[in-house]
Amino acid sequence: MANVPADLRYSKEHEWIRVEGSIGVVGITWFAQDQLGDVVFVEMPEVGRELKQGEQFGVVESVKTVSDLYSPASGKVIEVNTKLESAPELINQDPYGEGWILKIEVADPSELENLLDAAAYEAFTKEG
Amino acid sequence: MGLVPLLFEKSTPGKRAVTFPAPDVPEVALSEAIPADLIRQTPAALPELSEVEVVRHFTQLSRLNHGVDVDFYPLGSCTMKYNPKVNEEAARIPGFALTHPLQPAETVQGNLQLLHTLESWLCEVTGMERMTFQPAAGAQGELTGILLIRAYHESRGDLERNEVIVPDSAHGTNPATAAMAGYRVVPVKSLPDGSIDVEALRQIVGPKTAALMMTNPSTLGLFDPHVKEITEIVHQAGGLCYYDGANLNAIMGYARPGDMGFDVVHLNLHKTFSTPHGGGGPGSGPVGVKSHLVPFLPVPVVEKQGDRYVLDWDRPQSIGKLHGFWGNFGVVVRAYAYVLAHGPALKEVSEHAVLNANYVMARLRGYYDLFVDRYCMHECVLSARTLKQETGIKTLDVAKRLLDEGVHPPTIYFPLIVEEALMIEPTETEDKATLDRFIDAMIRIHDEARSNPEHVKSAPHKTPVGRLDEALAARRPNLRYRANPS
Amino acid sequence: MRYIPITQADKAAMLREIGVSSTEELFAANIPAEVRLNRPLELPPALTEMELLSHLRELAAQNVHTAEYACFLGGGAYDHYVPAAVDAVLRRGEFLTAYTPYQPEISQGVLQAIYEYQSLMCELTGMDLSNASMYDGASALAEAAGMVVNQTGRSKLLVARSVNPQYRRVVQTYMHGVGVELIEVPLDGVTLDLNRLEALMTEEVGGLLLQTPNYLGYLEQVREIKALVHAKNGLFVVAVDPISLGLLEAPGNYGADIVVAEGQGLGVPLSYGGPYLGILATRDRFARRMPGRIAGATVDNRGQRGFVLTMQAREQHIRREKATSNICTNQALIALAATVYLALVGKEGLREVANLSLQKAHYAARRIANLPGWRLAGDAPFFKEFAVVAPASAAEVSRRLLDHKILGGVDVGADYPELLGGAAGGSAGGGAPGTVAGVLTFAFTEKRTRAEIDRLVAALGEVK
Repeated sequence: MANVPADLRYSKEHEWIRVEGSIGVVGITWFAQDQLGDVVFVEMPEVGRELKQGEQFGVVESVKTVSDLYSPASGKVIEVNTKLESAPELINQDPYGEGWILKIEVADPSELENLLDAAAYEAFTKEG
Repeated sequence: MGLVPLLFEKSTPGKRAVTFPAPDVPEVALSEAIPADLIRQTPAALPELSEVEVVRHFTQLSRLNHGVDVDFYPLGSCTMKYNPKVNEEAARIPGFALTHPLQPAETVQGNLQLLHTLESWLCEVTGMERMTFQPAAGAQGELTGILLIRAYHESRGDLERNEVIVPDSAHGTNPATAAMAGYRVVPVKSLPDGSIDVEALRQIVGPKTAALMMTNPSTLGLFDPHVKEITEIVHQAGGLCYYDGANLNAIMGYARPGDMGFDVVHLNLHKTFSTPHGGGGPGSGPVGVKSHLVPFLPVPVVEKQGDRYVLDWDRPQSIGKLHGFWGNFGVVVRAYAYVLAHGPALKEVSEHAVLNANYVMARLRGYYDLFVDRYCMHECVLSARTLKQETGIKTLDVAKRLLDEGVHPPTIYFPLIVEEALMIEPTETEDKATLDRFIDAMIRIHDEARSNPEHVKSAPHKTPVGRLDEALAARRPNLRYRANPS
Repeated sequence: MRYIPITQADKAAMLREIGVSSTEELFAANIPAEVRLNRPLELPPALTEMELLSHLRELAAQNVHTAEYACFLGGGAYDHYVPAAVDAVLRRGEFLTAYTPYQPEISQGVLQAIYEYQSLMCELTGMDLSNASMYDGASALAEAAGMVVNQTGRSKLLVARSVNPQYRRVVQTYMHGVGVELIEVPLDGVTLDLNRLEALMTEEVGGLLLQTPNYLGYLEQVREIKALVHAKNGLFVVAVDPISLGLLEAPGNYGADIVVAEGQGLGVPLSYGGPYLGILATRDRFARRMPGRIAGATVDNRGQRGFVLTMQAREQHIRREKATSNICTNQALIALAATVYLALVGKEGLREVANLSLQKAHYAARRIANLPGWRLAGDAPFFKEFAVVAPASAAEVSRRLLDHKILGGVDVGADYPELLGGAAGGSAGGGAPGTVAGVLTFAFTEKRTRAEIDRLVAALGEVK
């Protein structure tokens, strides 16, 4: 399903991660942006920060609510999506593509086993 | 340009409204009095207008605004009752309005007597021992109350207590206040009827518990029947109990937080005691305490010595100050007048507030979901859950459609534990005809949701402006006028 | 029943609809017997409107007020002129009896007024953005302190000793719970000691809280101070007198990071200390840390400009324990008063008010300095307020002035005992050895006439 791409791993906090070699690209899921509504602001960490799996690294704000962002894997932040500073709506428009939030150097690939695959995540979102 | 141009957009160089006499003293050159690098080089670009332009500007703006004086305003949890005009007269009496806060006590005995007397009346209403009027609003009152609790524990060497328990139905100021005071917020679950889960509470309290913050009736408009047991549980664990008085309009003369076991309370004079909301303040959030918290009250405290009133600053255990002076005295004067206009009949205020809310609930229950099927107190919480499921029309749409009926919508999407919530607080100052008009409008909208949902979704149609793009406002913030936007 | 418009007939119909025979049933269904109050409230019997006003006027008549006595009291609240049109606007029911503009479509009046207020505060202070108001100058300063700590992550903060002592106390009360250490920077005379500031300003310190004109009325050396604070990457918070900004440089133009102020001087009656107006303005980069409500411009679905509360995700009703502050109700009507005031006095008028205040203060200072037994506490530049060392205690001076229908001055001796030091030295201003001296401040506004000032000086001259 387009809303839950099969090649990604998912956290229960509604983040996704796409691993490209040793780099993990992180964002929030279609389900998350749908729940939030129009995203107006994203607070992103500094490049160079070391994150642990499950650590809070930022915040995504919509008009009516705000959500903490948790890293789906451990690693060093090597890039943040600066386009989101002037166009936070990219998260709504293209949450798995242009709306990516940060890239990390994945410290321990085995950690990805702790995450959900697409089927499990889809089931999780239906639990409500 | 918008409906009413901004002051800046109307400005014409050379226009003046208020002028002042020429200096009547021998003058000193500015350059002699002020160092050159501190003199303002470019004057502030304030607008230049004539008085008639200024008065028309604000009059036109006011006509775009809804207030209690215009029509029904059933905003749940805000107690939008009628603001008596005699209270405006009272606050403007020169002997009150024209006194400087630092005048010697002997020149403001009237003010001090007013504060001292109102204190005793509000202590009677709430079952507390002493009260301070220093906090400028409910949230500041909450901070004061939590700081009092902190001071109490610290004075007893009880330094391990770093948690404050807050029900998940609580108003957002409660956890925000606890965090501001340096506490960790521990939520306690509500039961389906909105009352605190007593068994869950028992599990949570312990040696780390500094306090429980609670309002009763809750934000669902329901009185928690276990309140006495709840305060006992917290006390047994060594914690104190804080009462958020936002909903006091439900119980005056019927019950008192002091008798429910609370150690400290705050009141909202701009809710229960009729002082005007002003578009968002000023309010006043006095804090009442039981005797064990009296030593920690903010300074100064108004005391009576013989037949004179004084400000007592000699209170070594005081938590300090929250306000630059003594609080929003002008607001307190209005509350004093309100209490004097009622006396013991404050009970009838609560009686009719509860009557009105139950009448609204009884008539709307066939159309909107009841959160709990029980007589409510001063406010009722309904839900548009079924309406949304069946028609796609949400609470937000209902609210926007109500605007076309000339009525301010109820509070929406609060409390957070109710899906598609509508919190309706009519207050006692509305008659049956007004309630019926509101009820009929709500029923009409319910029916329209089925017959003409597009009309509801695209509301409002009759207001000066339509639905505003809040996402744009947050994404591309424009928070001030700029003459030459870059 | 005074404000309850429900008739007996309507009440009966409503009870029938609800399905109960009395309102007592509604309460009994909610409140358990163990917490019911079973007696009437012990309050005085209700008064009619006529009796109420009569009683209140009697109560107020026990006071002395500033229309009867010439007021030279300052210390954070000033007897500036309130133009008549201000109150006329505030009394409009649509402004007075509205609440927070949660439904913007029917709140454009309040929202546009807030936007105009924010814009005016930015113009006055030279900063990028302002919030919709805080409770007063003291709590605004306390919230600014919180912003500094949150932004820098440093848990120490410098506070100038020349900041209003009540403000310092409020900052202390707010910061106590969150483990912030406040370090006082001493004075050199009547202004901040720059050498001590340099020594105390380290990389562990988040920034400095400064007031100018300071509590005693004197101007601080803001450019030098800014350099010292920024040299260690600290934030520079300045508390100002908004009237002074008609003549004095805007803090935004000398590098302030956050500006706070007490707005009472802008068309707000003295009212025994409140309600007043907390002004808070800052730079764009601190926007998301700024507490309080903010109005923003946008468009509606018909393409018209409109205003909404924005960036609400920072606030308590959404962010809850992670909110920038717990503030909900603020001082909206008072901010409206300031907006109307500034529109009425305009660009030229603010400058005139500031100049009149300055001229009257400087005239008075020259005259008081020439009084035997009296001396000015310092020779630093001042705006509309200054401190004097008296040949008698402050209480004695105050009492004497009351006999002349004058209110003044503010006793600053307890908070600044070091200013009394010179008097005991037996210089020309000390009076006889053993005299109990006092230190007071006197404030001057455009309302004080030359005759009133001359009367003040004459009365002071009688104090030996």
